[in-house]
Amino acid sequence: MVRFIISRLIKAAILLLAILTLNFLLIHAAPGDPAAVMAGEAGAADEEFIRQLRERFGLDKPLITQLGIYLGGVLQGDLGFSYRQQVPVADLIFDRLPATLLLTMTAFVIALTLGTLAGVLASARVGKWSDTFISTAALLFYATPLFWVALMAVLVFSVHLNWLPAFGFETVGSGYTGFDRALDVARHLVLPAVTLGLFFMAVYMRMTRASMLEVSQLDFVKTARAKGLKNSIIQRRHIFRNAMLPVVTLAGLQAGQLVGGAVLTETVFAWPGIGRLMFEALQQRDYNLLLGVFFVSAAMVLLFNLITDILYRVVDPRIRVA
Amino acid sequence: MMGDFWKRFSRNRGAVIGLFILLLVVVVAAIAPLLFPDSPWRMVQRPFLPPFEMSEYPLGTDTIGRNVISGLAYGAQVSLLVGLVSTVVSLLIGIPIGALAGYFGGFVDDALMRFTELFQTVPNFALAIVLVAIFEPSIYSIIAAIAIVSWPPVARLVRGEFLSLRQREYVEAATLSGQSHAAIIWRQILPNTLSPIIVLASLMVATAILLESSLSFLGLGDPNLMSWGYMIGAARTVIRQAWWLSFFPGVAILLTVLALNLIGEGLNDALNPRLARKGK
Repeated sequence: MVRFIISRLIKAAILLLAILTLNFLLIHAAPGDPAAVMAGEAGAADEEFIRQLRERFGLDKPLITQLGIYLGGVLQGDLGFSYRQQVPVADLIFDRLPATLLLTMTAFVIALTLGTLAGVLASARVGKWSDTFISTAALLFYATPLFWVALMAVLVFSVHLNWLPAFGFETVGSGYTGFDRALDVARHLVLPAVTLGLFFMAVYMRMTRASMLEVSQLDFVKTARAKGLKNSIIQRRHIFRNAMLPVVTLAGLQAGQLVGGAVLTETVFAWPGIGRLMFEALQQRDYNLLLGVFFVSAAMVLLFNLITDILYRVVDPRIRVA
Repeated sequence: MMGDFWKRFSRNRGAVIGLFILLLVVVVAAIAPLLFPDSPWRMVQRPFLPPFEMSEYPLGTDTIGRNVISGLAYGAQVSLLVGLVSTVVSLLIGIPIGALAGYFGGFVDDALMRFTELFQTVPNFALAIVLVAIFEPSIYSIIAAIAIVSWPPVARLVRGEFLSLRQREYVEAATLSGQSHAAIIWRQILPNTLSPIIVLASLMVATAILLESSLSFLGLGDPNLMSWGYMIGAARTVIRQAWWLSFFPGVAILLTVLALNLIGEGLNDALNPRLARKGK
């Protein structure tokens, strides 16, 4: 187990390095000479000054040296500087990270619990109307654009029914504290989290249903039935636990899409996370910030994959016993 | 063969409905210039004309008086074009990588799969945003970006197929008869991997259309082309006054993507009959 974890850590480290290199190349490909931009912001765009800036930031060195400088910087938490906002990129991102974590984790939990629940339900009633209903709903959610369903949710639940707030993280100027504040944030969280979770709910539902049906055909389930075990026990202990393996793997891989989807959800709901930050960076053509957010989201996915990889080992009874 | 295929495909009722919807979208896209000779960008009526009020503009007009239904028709062209071309490009990237990795195995496989993993780890949509933003939004950069984030599943699928097929006797026979690697990959193994590739490709077109609309929604669409995502993005701030501006393009995306997914399932039934029957 320890060896397994170490080998996964090494693999993750190599991937991280590759992501950093990709990010560096993208920064390099971004329009605008950074030295000229800096000089422009400083209001002194003459040749000599730009040359000095280049020297100071190592921009006159070969690409590979610059990559080294960049990697060294990132390892010390330096993700570059946002010239538009006059703040280090890392500060902006870490300010916004908690909101995104709250949103994506809530959406993930909603999607995974409701998705697997619906999948189990549908698989237990194959061909009946409840299966048809659940499967059709999943098919629809799977095809619905995230940003559109978010807008429609605002229209129905905020504008017409006036049940839930349409945007923001909390009621501005309300002065809520403690439990009241948590409740207020939770009310703001409902629509973004549910709309972000819908697509993934559909994915997990379809996966769970297919997986449950597949496992229920396997020999060990037949044996269990032949032994005369109660159906509910077979469903829960034999089929469900084994059927969940591919779902867990998939969920880990899908986490990345969740972060990507957050860009859309946060944009629609003005949720103050890194997705919204990415949208702002887009509008202001702030490439340093854009790529900073990109790197952090990729690193988050990497971390998440690592965790599920290890979790998979813990969940899989075949591997754990061995 | 063709008759068999159609029989199995049409047994899936959803797939037939999907095919019908897709045909409708294709026809609308094809005859858009005939239906609406005016540019979809032209202002034709007063702004914010609600739908179902004037028969000439059945879905109303947008914030500056452009014909919504005309935008939908021209948007269909963009969605289908981007969906189709970007899928072809991702197949062109993914198939060779998967084929080489699966055929040669060993070091080649390791190196190519690590490379694939990199692109699988990076969040798809975020990478697509970054690529389009850096290389300036245009139909080309959008297609390229979608292809770059979409090829890894192709590579993995093709690799898996090659890994198992290269053990077969007929491949051994081809090797013994002195055929080159290229000939074996291209003429012996690849034709046998087509069925799952076709199924995957139909689903990828759907995903690509969703990606394109999401990019356009964020303002990363081609500025010269009317697209469904752009229409929704432009109407986002006036959702309270003009629901129809966001509603109809969204329905168009939903139906098109749904149709492609349904067709994908039907193709799966028709092309992989053994797999399809499992669990049913």
